[in-house]
Amino acid sequence: MASTTPIDTPPAPPVPRPSPRSTGRMGDKIFLGLSRGSGILLLVIMASIAVFLTYRSVLAISKDEGNFLTTFDWNPAGDPPVFGIAVLLFGTVVSSIIAMVIAVPIAVGIALFISHYAPRKLAAPIAYVVDLLAAVPSIVYGIWGALVLVPYLEGLNLWLDQFFGWTYIFEKTEVGVARSLFTVGILLAIMILPIVTSVSREVFLQVPKMNEEAALALGATRWEVIRLSVLPFGRSGIISASMLGLGRALGETMAVATVLSPSFLISLHLLNPGGGTFAQNIAAKFGEADAFGRDALIASGLVLFVLTLLVNGAARLIIARRKEYSGANA
Amino acid sequence: MSHAPTGVIERPTPASPGPKSSLGSRSLPRLAPLGFAVVSVALGVGVSLAAGWESRIQWGLISALLFLAISYVATTIVENQRQARDRLATSVMWVCFLVAVVPLASLLWTTIVRGSERLDGYFLTHSMAGVLGSEASGGVYHALIGTLEQVGIATVISAPLGLLTAVYLVEYGKGSLARAVTFFVDVMTGIPSIVAGLFILSIMLMFSLEPSGLMGALALTILMVPVVVRSTEEMLKLVPNELREASLALGIPKWRTILKVVLPTAIGGITTGVMLAIARIAGETAPIILLVFGSQLINTNPFEGAQSSLPFYIYEQYRIGEAASYDRAWAAALVLIAFVMILNLVARGIARWKAPKTGR
Repeated sequence: MASTTPIDTPPAPPVPRPSPRSTGRMGDKIFLGLSRGSGILLLVIMASIAVFLTYRSVLAISKDEGNFLTTFDWNPAGDPPVFGIAVLLFGTVVSSIIAMVIAVPIAVGIALFISHYAPRKLAAPIAYVVDLLAAVPSIVYGIWGALVLVPYLEGLNLWLDQFFGWTYIFEKTEVGVARSLFTVGILLAIMILPIVTSVSREVFLQVPKMNEEAALALGATRWEVIRLSVLPFGRSGIISASMLGLGRALGETMAVATVLSPSFLISLHLLNPGGGTFAQNIAAKFGEADAFGRDALIASGLVLFVLTLLVNGAARLIIARRKEYSGANA
Repeated sequence: MSHAPTGVIERPTPASPGPKSSLGSRSLPRLAPLGFAVVSVALGVGVSLAAGWESRIQWGLISALLFLAISYVATTIVENQRQARDRLATSVMWVCFLVAVVPLASLLWTTIVRGSERLDGYFLTHSMAGVLGSEASGGVYHALIGTLEQVGIATVISAPLGLLTAVYLVEYGKGSLARAVTFFVDVMTGIPSIVAGLFILSIMLMFSLEPSGLMGALALTILMVPVVVRSTEEMLKLVPNELREASLALGIPKWRTILKVVLPTAIGGITTGVMLAIARIAGETAPIILLVFGSQLINTNPFEGAQSSLPFYIYEQYRIGEAASYDRAWAAALVLIAFVMILNLVARGIARWKAPKTGR
């Protein structure tokens, strides 16, 4: 990382200036223009995503007869078009939180396993296997979730209802297959495991060796080394890794669209089938939507966009801040 | 690595708690965890069979909990509290790892078993033209063509774009523009694929364009560029500065230095990055649903008319909900996974084979 700064120094004095027949200058100009241009193009794309989505959303929301934020319905084709994102926002946030609650501890465990526990010869293949999880396309997760995971989860749901039914959220009041927000959360947890794992692994590997060795020299067990030197050092890394995972979970479409049986209800009984997420709703409602319906879907997509932008931006800012501190031990 | 000696250090540590001689303190044999695992799995299976639970998830959970409990209690009794806590942590890490491997194994296993039932030459060379959802016929040819064309177009656009941006960031970039680009590339990596699809959709609505493979490819480009930029950037940073300085010292202009020295040095890593990015976008479904519309027929022209694509085909067959269509969905999933995995393996192979030689 530190290597970038020296790279920048040589071009600063444009040496070939005195020689007028240097063919380099024209090429340099073109090349710099091209590369800077593509950088700017990326910024333009980002900006235009925001602008276009906002424009179409304003078109849709201005004709919405319901309250866009609080309506429990999605009927842009109705005579007074009524649609709102309340259910979608709830479903998106709840399923992502379930995914985080399951995935983050497991991912941190795997990251520690790879960086500190696994036999050294096994560490690299294990990291590779976890990366493979990331390579599986989301639609394959989707049909696997719907056709394999859902039947397998019946038993677990029964248990949760039986032993934790008193917590209200695990009370299953409707009979039906496990096409619930909880199942979606589990599936999303599997899908975000790799990214959370790989980011936290990177951080754990950066822990100054001195700290660990000092703890070992004092007679600490391996777990005490981790608790005293690795986890405190890696805390901000874990937080940002989880937020990156959260960003993934928020925007996941296909896995949710195949597994969830959607309904426009908000229910805290997580095991009951029903609910919806932004991305799932867009994928499911798009086929039957007319031009106005599409604008309405774009409006809900804008909310999703802003949500993921905030989460990802925050995660990146945390990472960037801790990079400055960790420069010494690269 | 300093972790290596930890295994050795573990045993003498009980010296700390008290005057008891460290040599005399008891410790569990090295293979004890394996024994605990065997015992707890056996117990877990026994309990589950006795209780008549059907779901394997229950079996696994019970076994895992038993494993944690047994190893903690046994270590407390034989060794001491601190060692027990250490053992518990170790067991938890192992369980975490297994928990992650189980779904992956199940997913790959199911896809291979269910997919190979239907996958044959006929499946790969025929489209769905005139095939009813419930019929055990038809194939994936039209979707394959769609995927290859859309991914191809996306690659042709985003590889140069991403490469140039990375060159700008590493070789020229400083100041606020470079910082903004870096930040937004990071943020762009997190854009949900459906939002990229909606963006192109809003452009289509604005200029009343028809759905086509090209539109899908444009959305895929938005998803692909940040990945290419990120990986290329990492690779360019690995190129030793001495190479640049040597070239510049010979009076070679900067752009030629980049083209002839920097890029060739990093080309292996760059190729890997691009291939991994291709593998990532090949599985994207959401933008295709919005922008390419899907079709049962072979359409080789990505610039006009609806097309299909592999992930879209899987979704479409899944939605039909017939036994025959599920079979087709699994077979197509197998094709898609094979495509993605081969790309992954080849990419990593190239990375290892052409790893830039940093310093010596």
